[in-house]
Amino acid sequence: MTEITSQAPPVAAPGAAKPRRDIGLKRRYAAERRFRAYGLIAIALGLSFLVFLLLTVVLNGYTAFQQTNIQLDITFDESVIDPNGERETNEMALLTANYPRLARNAIVAALGVDPENRTQVRAANGLISAGVRGQLRDMVVADPGIIGTTQTIWVLAHGDVDSAYKGQIDLSVDESRRKVSDQQVAWMRQLEAEGKLVAKFNTGLFVNGASSRPETAGLGVAIIGSFYMMLIVLVLALPIGVAASIYLEEFAPKNRFTDLIEVNINNLAAVPSIVYGLLGLAIFINFVGLPRSAALVGGLVLTLMTLPTIIIATRAALKAVPPSIREAALGVGASKMQMVFHHVLPLATPGILTGTIIGLAQALGETAPLLLIGMVAFVVDYPSTPMDPSTALPVQIFMWANQAERAFVERTSGAIIILLSFLAVMNITAILLRRRFERRW
Amino acid sequence: MKTTAMTAAAALAVTGIFVAAPAQARDQVQVAGSSTVLPYAKIVAENFGEAFPQFKTPVVESGGSSAGLKEFCRGVGPEFIDVANASRAIREKEVKACAENGVTEIQEIRIGYDGIVFATDINGPDFELTPADVYKALAAQRIVDGQKVDNPTKKWSDVDGKFPEWDIAAYIPGEKHGTREVFEEKVLLVGCEEVGDFKAFQDMGMDEDAAEKACIAVRKDGGTVDIDGDYTETLARIDSNKTGVGVFGLAFYENNADKLKVATINDIVPTTESIATGEYPVSRPLFFYVKKAHLGVIPGLNEYVEFFISDAMTGPDSPLAEYGLVAAPDGERDAVRDGFAAGNTM
Repeated sequence: MTEITSQAPPVAAPGAAKPRRDIGLKRRYAAERRFRAYGLIAIALGLSFLVFLLLTVVLNGYTAFQQTNIQLDITFDESVIDPNGERETNEMALLTANYPRLARNAIVAALGVDPENRTQVRAANGLISAGVRGQLRDMVVADPGIIGTTQTIWVLAHGDVDSAYKGQIDLSVDESRRKVSDQQVAWMRQLEAEGKLVAKFNTGLFVNGASSRPETAGLGVAIIGSFYMMLIVLVLALPIGVAASIYLEEFAPKNRFTDLIEVNINNLAAVPSIVYGLLGLAIFINFVGLPRSAALVGGLVLTLMTLPTIIIATRAALKAVPPSIREAALGVGASKMQMVFHHVLPLATPGILTGTIIGLAQALGETAPLLLIGMVAFVVDYPSTPMDPSTALPVQIFMWANQAERAFVERTSGAIIILLSFLAVMNITAILLRRRFERRW
Repeated sequence: MKTTAMTAAAALAVTGIFVAAPAQARDQVQVAGSSTVLPYAKIVAENFGEAFPQFKTPVVESGGSSAGLKEFCRGVGPEFIDVANASRAIREKEVKACAENGVTEIQEIRIGYDGIVFATDINGPDFELTPADVYKALAAQRIVDGQKVDNPTKKWSDVDGKFPEWDIAAYIPGEKHGTREVFEEKVLLVGCEEVGDFKAFQDMGMDEDAAEKACIAVRKDGGTVDIDGDYTETLARIDSNKTGVGVFGLAFYENNADKLKVATINDIVPTTESIATGEYPVSRPLFFYVKKAHLGVIPGLNEYVEFFISDAMTGPDSPLAEYGLVAAPDGERDAVRDGFAAGNTM
């Protein structure tokens, strides 16, 4: 506007053809072209950052979905498992037997190492994961009949061997400076040539609990913890948020008090999430006495955090329903309650669902409030109820990122890929729901 | 109507939670505290879960020594944690805070030693440091010709001819880390005294505390960078700045020895052996604290502590030693075990 009004009025030269009034057309077109260029640059920058981020994560993390396994012929020697023959009477005998020894004997035999040479035996044993104890114990406890037989099974390779096999440890540096010795690398190649050492799909990454050994560490506990929390957030935040917004939007009188509430809700949506963590610690743990590290407390804290998001989205969705719908319903004799629940709410549902899913996705990626309520923890056992200790997906990523072992680097990125795909699925669902059910007026 | 029903259900669920919650018996050991002790506690917890299938695996939280001890001191009962890991000894103030909340009987367990090392990129030259070198390179202010001036050194070669011509850039643990205290006490302060600045500061009219503060103040002109995250962050900094010097825990360095070159201090290479004998000067003891009132109440707590201090876990040839913990001498380990068995409290 200013451009036009600031132009000096054209002076008509007498006798000359009437010149065209200069309305700054060229400049205005140029301004538009510049603006478009800025927009394109902004999008290109954003996209390149995104591509860079995704590329780094995927390139670092795709190897985490494969895990090196070693095939061993394990003899379930009775003299090792149950030397005193007390498994009938003492139930602990089978649980606490020396299972790593079975695996050690098997790897020593497979590599043809002299069992008397202690350093060699030790190095050979270093190829296999210490997690073999649990694996063999579970086999024996499930079926004690295998004692005395020889079984061909796949066991996990040690995390360092796994890293070496995937080329993540620089094998060109001096032997003393790395975690795998030349001898172990030679054995690794030997087993690989015999087809006894292969990379398999890493199901452990999805089902195992936390572990200090990279090869047996998994996201199982974190996935269940996150699932519990999302469930709690959904069950609590959706009804409370929707009820609050319907009341505020359709029933509440418009006065100073409701204005104040509205301002507060908008402010709460912008409060840093760590504050909700402090609140959760003070109220749910210190005052109510709920257990630490429990998914229940995490869910409650995340509910508080998600509520403003859901309320704001729901109110916007309710506002978007045209007044004519309300008037028509009231006009044919519906009560206000019927008007809201039969006509307005169904039309606002797509918007409410979208808001809820986006709120949930936000809660799924949250770590800061969980730190204070003890969920940034090392939890091995599956939580059977939301009252048991558990962790969450972003927490597991944070904890793995701080690990010293090389093999955790790929796992960190692998876990990020899994979290991102959960988030992508949720956001795509939100978009699809909106596309499918949204009505334009 | 559906919404009202759902609201009612949700309200019921909330009240249900609040009524059912308090005074739950716990069947799992809960541990919190130092992020330095965390990897060791994790290994012990995992092995404990495997060796004692009748108990649940302990839950180990991280968050720092101070946060852990604060949580520890909140009270006695199943809703409070049983063990606090710490990379420093408990402070007088914390013992008092504990006592105010009824936590009067605390058993202190010393699990071993942790070395703190300086390391550079693997392709760099050898660094042979002394505390005095570090102090000269990193101090905020130095005494030059009797005057207190901002540290004039810009490059390592200004400190001593044996160092390369690298801009001084040291990545040191941030203030919230227990490691920082050790770094200040065992490196900067020692260097300050060796150089004579400590005395010079006092001669200028400072009392001992002020002089100590002046000694441990590090330069803020970019020569030092506080790392508030973990050692992985320090490693990333060294990766991107090949002429940087980083401070690491011995265990972390040993896991990444293919990327880092360790510096000697007073010509001593940091190894578990040289730290155990006390030759390597920059090390500190690691601890955990147990509530005596919880022993025998929380299932598995007694066994967890005994398992932690057994030779199978913290001896010279144990998983923790393999990870980088420096085992305490035989006599000290025996003393710790006897002390716990006898129920000695602080």
